[in-house]
Amino acid sequence: MSLFSIFDVAGSAMSAQTVRLNTTASNLANAESAAGSEAEVYRARRPVFAEFRDILDQSVAGVQVAGIAEDQTPAQQKYLPHHPLANEEGYVYMPNINVVEEMADMISASRSYQNNVEVVNTSKQMLLNLLRLGQ
Amino acid sequence: MSSIIDQAFGIHARALALHGKRAETLATNMANADTPGYKARDIDFTAALKDAMQAGAPAMTRSNAAHIAPADASGGPQLMYRMPLQPSADGNTVDLQTEQGQFTENAIRHQASFTFLDGTIRNLMTAIKGE
Repeated sequence: MSLFSIFDVAGSAMSAQTVRLNTTASNLANAESAAGSEAEVYRARRPVFAEFRDILDQSVAGVQVAGIAEDQTPAQQKYLPHHPLANEEGYVYMPNINVVEEMADMISASRSYQNNVEVVNTSKQMLLNLLRLGQ
Repeated sequence: MSSIIDQAFGIHARALALHGKRAETLATNMANADTPGYKARDIDFTAALKDAMQAGAPAMTRSNAAHIAPADASGGPQLMYRMPLQPSADGNTVDLQTEQGQFTENAIRHQASFTFLDGTIRNLMTAIKGE
């Protein structure tokens, strides 16, 4: 019954969007995490989405998170000589996270999640109707 | 396709199954709305329904190895790529609004087929019981 597989498809999408929300939350939380060197600084996490294919017939059966990539844009240097983490020249390294960009990404993830909830609801209604066939 | 019950149900039983299949395809599109490189797919419903109605008819046979095999040998409806209205930079062609609209339309058509089928079953029940 193909209508049942919609729950799996939408479920995979909701879990992928949750991972995306999770990385956004992590990025926002660490937006001000200073570090003493370029190597130690927090790097923005970005989930990489990929099609999830059915093992049997290779048809697309949802979405999966292929991995979490780290943003490689260079960190911002700030001159804060009194900061406890400042290096010899008085600089601290701040993660290159644009809070506005993260917020926009968060809203996009939330909308996609809502969309999939709506798909599940409609499919559920279609299936419940089918159960009443002929009654 | 020979029994009287099958004839009474006619097109709607098959339409119902196809609507289910199409809903799955559209749900997959919406699930992959943020997947880079994903191409939106859909079913040509009219053609698929036509094929499904002819499923009982004698199929083309290949009597010679040089004959070209029919495209939809698998029996399932043919998936086709959607023409993108606004292709995005990451190669994704899912337009969420289009998919949402098509999904809703599909759900309503599913409901319509269901209602017709339901009515047929009620009529048959009346005829059987004779009340």
